[in-house]
Amino acid sequence: MRYSAKSGNSQPRWLFPFVVLVILVLSVLPLARLAWTGVVSALRGDAGQLLADPALWSATLNTLTTSFLGMIAAVVLGGSFAVLLTLFDVRGRSLLGFLFMLPMMIPPQVTALSWIGLTGPSSTLLKAIGMAPPLGSPQPLYSIGGIALLFGVQHAPLVYLAMRSGLLALPKEGVEAARLSGASSLRVLLDIVLPLALPGLVAGAAIAFVSGVGNFGIPAILGIPASIYTLPTLIYSKFASFGPTTFADISIISALITLLAVAGLSVEARVLRGRDFRTIGLSGQAAVFRLGQVRLPAEILLWLVTFVILVLPFLALLASSLAPAYGVPLNMETATLHAYEEVMFRQSVTRSAFSNSVTLALASAFGLLVISVLLGYYIVQTKSRTAATISAMAEIPYALPGIVLAVAFILLLAAPLPILGFSIYGTIWIILLAYLSSFLAVSLKPVVSAYRQLDPSLEEAARLSGAGFYRRMRDVLVPLIAPAAGSSLILVFLIACNELTVSALLWSAGTQTLGVAIYNLDDSGSFDLAAALSVLVVIMVVILMLILELMARRLPAGALPWRR
Amino acid sequence: MAPLILHALEKRFGPGAPAVRDLSLTVRDGRFLALLGPSGCGKTTVLRMIAGFEQPTDGSILLGERLLADAATMVPPERRNMAMVFQSYALWPHMTVAENVGYPLKVRKVDRERARQKVCEALAAVRLEAYADRRPAALSGGQRQRVALARCLVTEPDVVLLDEPLANLDRHLRQEMEETFREFHARSGATMIYVTHDQSEAMALATDVAVMSEGRLLQMASPEEIYARPEGLVVGGLVGQGSILSLRLPPGSGRLLDWPRLRDAFQGTEEGLMPADVLVRPQDVVLDATGLAARVTSSFFEGERYALRLELANGQSLRAFSRQPVRAGDTTSVVLASGWRL
Repeated sequence: MRYSAKSGNSQPRWLFPFVVLVILVLSVLPLARLAWTGVVSALRGDAGQLLADPALWSATLNTLTTSFLGMIAAVVLGGSFAVLLTLFDVRGRSLLGFLFMLPMMIPPQVTALSWIGLTGPSSTLLKAIGMAPPLGSPQPLYSIGGIALLFGVQHAPLVYLAMRSGLLALPKEGVEAARLSGASSLRVLLDIVLPLALPGLVAGAAIAFVSGVGNFGIPAILGIPASIYTLPTLIYSKFASFGPTTFADISIISALITLLAVAGLSVEARVLRGRDFRTIGLSGQAAVFRLGQVRLPAEILLWLVTFVILVLPFLALLASSLAPAYGVPLNMETATLHAYEEVMFRQSVTRSAFSNSVTLALASAFGLLVISVLLGYYIVQTKSRTAATISAMAEIPYALPGIVLAVAFILLLAAPLPILGFSIYGTIWIILLAYLSSFLAVSLKPVVSAYRQLDPSLEEAARLSGAGFYRRMRDVLVPLIAPAAGSSLILVFLIACNELTVSALLWSAGTQTLGVAIYNLDDSGSFDLAAALSVLVVIMVVILMLILELMARRLPAGALPWRR
Repeated sequence: MAPLILHALEKRFGPGAPAVRDLSLTVRDGRFLALLGPSGCGKTTVLRMIAGFEQPTDGSILLGERLLADAATMVPPERRNMAMVFQSYALWPHMTVAENVGYPLKVRKVDRERARQKVCEALAAVRLEAYADRRPAALSGGQRQRVALARCLVTEPDVVLLDEPLANLDRHLRQEMEETFREFHARSGATMIYVTHDQSEAMALATDVAVMSEGRLLQMASPEEIYARPEGLVVGGLVGQGSILSLRLPPGSGRLLDWPRLRDAFQGTEEGLMPADVLVRPQDVVLDATGLAARVTSSFFEGERYALRLELANGQSLRAFSRQPVRAGDTTSVVLASGWRL
C-alpha cells in the first residue's frame, strides 16, 4: 500500500479524496445548489410574486408565533425537570429522566396523532370514559396554541439536556464548600447554581426555537386541517400544487427558514462559546440539595407531568388503534386488533412503507457506519484546518431543518444526472441520499468521540507490528470503537425509520416511508390505522432506546443524544 | 545487522524554534543507547522519527545503507522492522496477552504452530507464561510492561525503541524492570534506544548515553565517560547529583582539579584568572577541619548517611554527605577532594 508522503501519515492515499467526495455529495453540492437557485430567482425577480403573497407572511408569522410559544413551553417543562432531576434528591431520577427523553425520539407526527386522540369530540379514549365533548365542537389542538403546546412537549428534552449538562458541570465540591461556610441552600442556588445554569437554559431555548421553525410533522397534522400554515408546511403545499414557479418559491421559503434557524443557532453558539459541555463526574451523581418536606409533592408533580405528556397521549393512541367500528364505545369486549391486522397484513401501502423505511434505515445506518469510520479516522488523525472545515461541513446538513435539506436535494437532483443521463428523482435513491446527508452528523459524533478517546499509541504499536491500514482497522481500531459504532448504527436506524420531513417532499408512488404512510392515513381519515401504525412505531422506538441505554456504559460520553 | 545513523536531523512543528535541530549520531549494532534530557528537549520526537511516526523536516535516518526517512521520502513504520515499548504500554485491550504478543507474527503470516511456540518463548522470557490467556486489564502495571516487552521480543526487530517505559511504575518495580531490560538486551542482542529523563536509569541500563537539551545533542559517550567527563553546564547539571560552583581559574589549568587548585581558586586574587564552572560531586566534599568554612543550611537523614546542603563563605551552595549527624545551622569546614571544569 502507498501512503501520502506527509509527516509519517498513517492514512492511505485514497482516504482524503474519499472524504472530499463524501462531503461534496452530502453537504457542499446540495447546499450550494439551494443557495444558487435562491440567489438566481431573487435576481430574476421571481421573488416579487411570492413576496407579495399574504400567505407567505402569515406562514412566517405563524412559524414565529408557534416556535416562540413552543420554546417557552419547552423552557418551562425542560428547565424545571432539569433542575429538579439534576440538583435535588428526587427518587427515581434515572427512570424519570429516561421517560422525559422519550418524546425527543418519537416522531413528531406520532406525537401529534396521539394528542389528537386525547382531545376533541372524536377521542376514543374520552368517549370510552364518557368525557368526550359533544360532537361538532372543535378540535382544540387544530390551532396555533395546539401546535405550540406540542412543540413544547417535543422539544422540552432539548432544553433539559442543554441545561443539565451545564448543571452537571457544576463543581459539586464548590457547592458543598459554600454550604459548609454557612450559605443556605437558597443562597447557593441563587449565587452559584443559577448563574452557571443560565447559559444552558438560553442555549436550550435557542435549540427549541430552531427545532420549532423546522418542524414539519406537528404543523402538518395540526395546522393543515385548519388552514394554519407554517413555512415548512407552506413548502409542502406549494409542492403539492406544482407550478412553473415552484422551484423558485420553495428555494426562497427555504432561505427564509434557514435564516431563522441560523439566527437561533448563532444565539446558541454565542452563549456556549468557550464552554466545554462534557460533564465532569458521572451523570448519575448524588443530588446536591435536599428537598426535605416538599420532596413528595415535587415527586408527585413530576410523575403527574410525565403521565400527562407521555402516558396519557400514548393511552389515547392505543385506544384509537383499538377502536371498534364508528360509534361503538371502546371497552374490553369491543376492542379489536382489526387496525393492526390491516396495517400489517392487508394494506399494501403500509406494508410497502414498512419495507421501504426499514430498507432505507438499514442502508443509511450501514452506509453511514462505513462513512463515519473512515471520515472519523480522517478527522481525528489530521490536525489541519482542512480537517476542521470538513468536520464542520459534515455537521451542517443535520443542523438545517429537514425540509430545507429535502428542497436542496430536489433542486440538485430533479434534472438528469450529468454523464449518466437519467434522474434519480422520484426513486428511493434520492431519499437515501438525503438521509445519508441528514444523519451524517448523528452517525459521526459517537465514532469521532470514540476515536478521540483512543490512546494513539495503540495504533502506533500496530503499525510497528507491521500492520497496514486495513489490517489495523480490522484488528485494532474497529474492535475498539465498536460500541460507539454500534450505537451510531442503532441511532441512525431509529431516526431514519421514523423520518417524515425529508421523505414527505421526496416520496412518490411506491416509495412511501412509514412517516409518510402515517401522515397519509390520517390525512385520508383512517385515524385508527394511523394510530395502529404509530403504536408500532412507539414500541420500536422504546425498544431501540432501551437497547442503547443498556449499551450506554460502554459508550463514550456524548454518544447518545439523550444522554449528552 | 547494521548501524542506525541519524544525520543532521531536524524537525519543525510549525513556525518557531525546531523541536530537534542538527542532530547527528550513530548507534552501532547491538548497542543500548539512552537518550537523556529534561522533558520537552526533543528526545521523544527523535524516537518517533526513528519509529516513523514523524517525518524529519531536514536531515536523514539510515539503517546501514537503507534510507528510512528524509524530508522527501519515508518508509512507513509498518515496514521498518522495529518494535517499541510505549510509556502507556499500548496493549490492545480486546486481545489476550498471548494475542497481543503474537500479533506481529500474525501480521507477518508466520505459521500458527511456530507462532505459538515463539509467543511461549517470549512470555517465558518475561516470566508471564501463566498469564497467556488473561486480558491486559487483569494485569498489574509491571506485568503489562513485561507483555509489551514480550511483544518486542517476538519478531527479532532490528531496533527496539523504549519511550520512558518506567515512568508509570513505582520505585520497587522500576528496579525489577531495569533488570528485565538488561536481560532482554543481553539475550536479544538488538539495538535498543531508550528515552528517559532519569539519569540513574540511563546510567544503569545503557552502553551509550546521549544527552539532549532544547532539541540539540550535547554529548554522547559511555555512562562512565559522561559521568566522569561531562561537557558543559547542562550535561554537568543533569548527570550525577553534583553542585556547580562559579570559580576563577588560571588559564591552562586542565579540567580535573584537585584540592590545592580548588583551594587556590577560592583564595586566589591574582590577575589573569578566567571564570569557570566547576562541578563538585557530593562524595568529593569531605568534612575536614583544614578546609573552607561552610554553614549547614539543611540536613536530612537518608538511612545510610546524612545528605547535607552547605553554604560557603562566598554564598555558593554545595551538596555533601556525612556519616556523623550534622544539624542545620551548624558551621563546619570542607575539603573539595576533586572538581571537574565544565
